[in-house]
Amino acid sequence: MRRFLLVWLLLTVCCWAQDAEKIRIGSKAFPESWVLGEAAVQLARSSGAQVEYTKSLGATEIIYAALKQGSIDVYPEYTGTIRQVFLKQISDATDADALELLARDRLGMSYSLGFTDSYALAVPQRVRGPEALSDLPKYPDLRYVMNQEFMGRQDGWSGLSAKYGLKPKHFSEMQHELCYRAVEANQADIINVYTTDAQIEKLGLRLLRDDQHYFSRYDCVWLYRADLPQRCPKAWAALQQLVGRVSEEQMRRANARMVIDQQSDKQAAEYLLQQCLPARQGEVSPRKSGFDFGLVLKQTGEHLKLVAISLSLAVLVGVPLGILASRSPVTARLTLSTVGLLQTIPSLALLAFMIPITGTGPGPAVVALFVYSILPIVRNTYTGLTTLPGNLSEAAHALGMPPLAQLWRIRLPMASPSILAGIKTSSVINVGTATLAALVGAGGLGQSILQGISLLDNQMIFQGAIPAAMLALLAQAFWDVVEKWIVPRGLRIQAE
Amino acid sequence: MIELVNISKVYGDRTILQPLTLKIEAQRRFALIGPSGCGKSTLLRIILGLIRPDTGSVALNGVVMTPENSRDLRLGIGYVIQDGGLFPHLTAFGNVALMAHHLGWQGERIRTRVLELAKLVQLPADLLQRFPAEMSGGQRQRVGIMRSLMLDPPLLIFDEPMGALDPLVRFHLQEDLRKIFRTLDKTVLLVTHDMGEAAFLADEIALLKDGRVVQKGSYENLVNSPADPFVSEFLRAQRMDPVSP
Repeated sequence: MRRFLLVWLLLTVCCWAQDAEKIRIGSKAFPESWVLGEAAVQLARSSGAQVEYTKSLGATEIIYAALKQGSIDVYPEYTGTIRQVFLKQISDATDADALELLARDRLGMSYSLGFTDSYALAVPQRVRGPEALSDLPKYPDLRYVMNQEFMGRQDGWSGLSAKYGLKPKHFSEMQHELCYRAVEANQADIINVYTTDAQIEKLGLRLLRDDQHYFSRYDCVWLYRADLPQRCPKAWAALQQLVGRVSEEQMRRANARMVIDQQSDKQAAEYLLQQCLPARQGEVSPRKSGFDFGLVLKQTGEHLKLVAISLSLAVLVGVPLGILASRSPVTARLTLSTVGLLQTIPSLALLAFMIPITGTGPGPAVVALFVYSILPIVRNTYTGLTTLPGNLSEAAHALGMPPLAQLWRIRLPMASPSILAGIKTSSVINVGTATLAALVGAGGLGQSILQGISLLDNQMIFQGAIPAAMLALLAQAFWDVVEKWIVPRGLRIQAE
Repeated sequence: MIELVNISKVYGDRTILQPLTLKIEAQRRFALIGPSGCGKSTLLRIILGLIRPDTGSVALNGVVMTPENSRDLRLGIGYVIQDGGLFPHLTAFGNVALMAHHLGWQGERIRTRVLELAKLVQLPADLLQRFPAEMSGGQRQRVGIMRSLMLDPPLLIFDEPMGALDPLVRFHLQEDLRKIFRTLDKTVLLVTHDMGEAAFLADEIALLKDGRVVQKGSYENLVNSPADPFVSEFLRAQRMDPVSP
């Protein structure tokens, strides 16, 4: 009877678990997207759904690939960006074209949430004169600082400068948040911004009128997998509540809560929901500020895990590849050039490429870290094995020892200092590169660093950067100890 | 016994060895001597099976060398190079015992054999735990000789064994080496450019020039009836010519 009860209980739990809607929400890697992502999480939870949230997924290519692959169901996106994604297919794509093309990828987009977050150029109060973009050619001495994404886009700088005839004398590119720092430090006179950026008010910037209508609209929408409304009707309805309800002013103020008042994204999202959906009672979440030791510990753990797994794989694959390379000039050229080529793949491209195969999370991060760690290991193994002094190499042969035994008893031990030096280099590179894991939702110390940069919060940057630097030193120390243990004493005596 | 028949070797347009036939009888001590570039190192590598000749054949103790059996044949050769050719990551003991370990000898058998050899080459047993970097040149060379003798091969090949040693150390090692050769009754092939050393250690000497044997015979034979002006010149250059002041 008891067993029967137990089975019954288990079955009920299973049915209940199956009954609950499960929705996976994502956000992009900047404050506004975190606020909207967190707002989506709170709305979906209040509808009773089970929510899985992947915050701060890298660049558009990465999060779009994650959505297509099914790692997430929905995230906040902008119509202008969606058009951009399809511009390669249709050069003057409209929103309607975008909808049709999205449907082919089994995706859909909601109506606008109400605000647009478009590009604009802004100047600080100390720059007097220009009011509209067409005034700019009269002020050729302004120092322009544009963000890198803007430089790369087809609707970005190249079109803008052509349309308004801009030929700045002083020009540089920076990461978006750093543009604001440059203005603040009087290193820039004109920067490009997003119209809902909180820093606009904080720094008292003046937006220049786009009097020849160059910039296209960036309406904010939910971008979602086409099966979501059927699979999670309640959660979907909850997200839809926000459609048409968010004004630009409200969004900018919610952003300011994070970027200027140093509140959490949860608090900023609560504020936004209370402002836009007055009937809603916000949940109260505790304010977290200052140094968060638990978070540092958690991120350090995630970071270490990524490094340990990817580095172990790199050693397991890299050393045998180095041995293979040392067999003949042909295998050497083949192996070393292949591994060298891998190193040149841009990290964002690699991450975006991996997502359809591995999904988001630690998978693509481990693969990318593996790819970037393998070159020093292969190269140093190869060098160590091929630079054996000629007479010793001959002595090994002349002893009559078979090649495998020579490798194991003579060549590898003698190459061990070089191999270990390669592993050391790799682990330091690896610890540094692992900060990129935050872009694909794999966690790690990069989360604090990237968020800190986005929020102009130095303390948060240090909270990630200092432990990362310490990890790199620790890795170095760890290998120094291993070296004592692995490298034969006779070789160390010789080195002294 | 080493039998070389019609051995020749050409690298590109450089002839290193002309067709060369040479027989070294079992248990004889034979020295190969000549100026740098005369082809003696190449000949040695061919005998060791490390490189293959363009023509001709090598037979060790009656067995003709092929690519397949060359490694097995090498187990029957003790090979000593300049400065001992010791592996720096192994102790003296580890270097000497390397091949025995690989062939699966028992620990006790290895120990007994290594101690026996240490006595033979007059190396203090407490030096056996040292690494090559912790030993003098003469000590390293003694360890190198121990390593070559470990498997008790019938044939010993010495490639410029004293090259890196200072004169006094060389003198003592030469004395000891002669005693060792007498005790062991092995076929010895010594490659050197030092006529004094060849005369002291070997029964028979072959003088090589431009990949050719100019003269073969005992030291006295070379001195008293040189086959070629080059022989006298070589002897004079080494201040071994009895008529020079």
